Amino acid sequence: MSLGKHLLGIKDLTKEDITLILDTAEKMSEISFRPIKKVPALRGKLVVNLFFEPSTRTRSSFEIAEKRLSAESLNFSSGTSSVLKGETLLDTVLNIERMNPDAYIMRHSSPGSCKLITEYVKGSVINAGDGASEHPTQALLDALTIRQKKGSFEKLKVLICGDIAHSRVVRSNIHLLKKMGADVTLCGPATMIPPYIEKMGVKVETNFEKALSQKDVVMMLRIQLERQEKILFPSLKEYFLTYGLTEKRLKLADKNCIVMHPGPINRGVEMASEVADSKESVILDQVENGVSIRMAVLFLLLQGGENEDSN
Amino acid sequence: MIKKEVNRKEILDTSGIQRSLSRLTLEIFERQQGKKDFALIGIQKRGVPLAKRIANKLKEVENLDIEVGALDINLYRDDFSTVGTAPVLRGTNVPFPVEEKTIILVDDVLFTGRTIRAALDAIVDLGRPKKVELAVFVDRGHRELPIQADYVGLSLNTRREDHVELYLTETDGKDSLILESIK
Repeated sequence: MSLGKHLLGIKDLTKEDITLILDTAEKMSEISFRPIKKVPALRGKLVVNLFFEPSTRTRSSFEIAEKRLSAESLNFSSGTSSVLKGETLLDTVLNIERMNPDAYIMRHSSPGSCKLITEYVKGSVINAGDGASEHPTQALLDALTIRQKKGSFEKLKVLICGDIAHSRVVRSNIHLLKKMGADVTLCGPATMIPPYIEKMGVKVETNFEKALSQKDVVMMLRIQLERQEKILFPSLKEYFLTYGLTEKRLKLADKNCIVMHPGPINRGVEMASEVADSKESVILDQVENGVSIRMAVLFLLLQGGENEDSN
Repeated sequence: MIKKEVNRKEILDTSGIQRSLSRLTLEIFERQQGKKDFALIGIQKRGVPLAKRIANKLKEVENLDIEVGALDINLYRDDFSTVGTAPVLRGTNVPFPVEEKTIILVDDVLFTGRTIRAALDAIVDLGRPKKVELAVFVDRGHRELPIQADYVGLSLNTRREDHVELYLTETDGKDSLILESIK
């Protein structure tokens, strides 16, 4: 089975593709616990990390994955590059292309930017977040964490709460969870829920306490403080009072419920500190699984791409 | 396309496989001379059930408790550019330290030797064994690297273009050693 050449979004994947990535990641995880944390699978491959938006977690996770598979990595971030000197995205990519990389990991503020560059490069393109569109490896690492804790996705009740409108993580997660057979409910202030989102096959419930009832998985989204120029709610304190996950509220969910967060957490905004550190919290497992997922995606795309070239 | 006629021949059935495996196990026991500081590591996927069978026989006949591990060599292969799609990973699981031990690698068919080359790289990433030996169920010749087995269940004369497949109950539902040759 082959995934094809690029990973642009979960939208393009089948249930079987997703399962293959999760299974491969599961087998990769052991490498991170060896005394020598490295295998030669991608020896001699050049991977460019092209980040036009700030990122610490995703970028370092990709970088570690590249190193564990023995690929060479080249880091490129907008803050220190010619983008500041006025170079366009396409010019930047065309210049890097002449260094003959095998893959691009790209984050950019414009939806569709990753798809655009696939038309200009020979190698694979992996979307590390394009605007509010998709962030496929985040949804995959969330899925791996859910599968490890819950066994399967079938009929699983998942609640995603927070700034739905600005979140690429949500879009990728909705695609993935629906394909895998889970039941998804969205929650948040009405100002943060895009109209017609129900068309993606999800339920919307703006009352957080009602929404929490019987949920197996509660995924809290980060309030993107840097995007709060438009006022979407009165104050952080009020947000926490209405939508903050507290120990008391968590009791409304299923008793074996897990709490997730894509990070970085704003303690006391999306959730109380005690919840972030509770036994229900799998936030740090998500980080650990991130490396395995990115190793799996790099391996499957860079070793599976030959088919398309030869045809 | 010209249809090629394939000659399919069963070389060993269940009882034949069992006999060869018993002989192989006995040879391992004799060569280790009662020492217990050795472990078996099967190469995914069919080397793993073979290693387990050898360990079971050592327990049954000689009352020896020998540890068994599984090695996935797919991340160490040298032929990625020639195979189309990424291989399915089955995982490495060696739940014991390999240091200070003789490690006996177990595989189903020894052919070019490239799998064993990859397995040797994979083993040294896990630690530094005292010694590494190789046990294979079938040696069919045509090596492309200077690699030799220490224990062989069956030596088989083949042509390079032939196909040898060892089917095992654990992975394929039944035991059978098949030689396919194109006429």
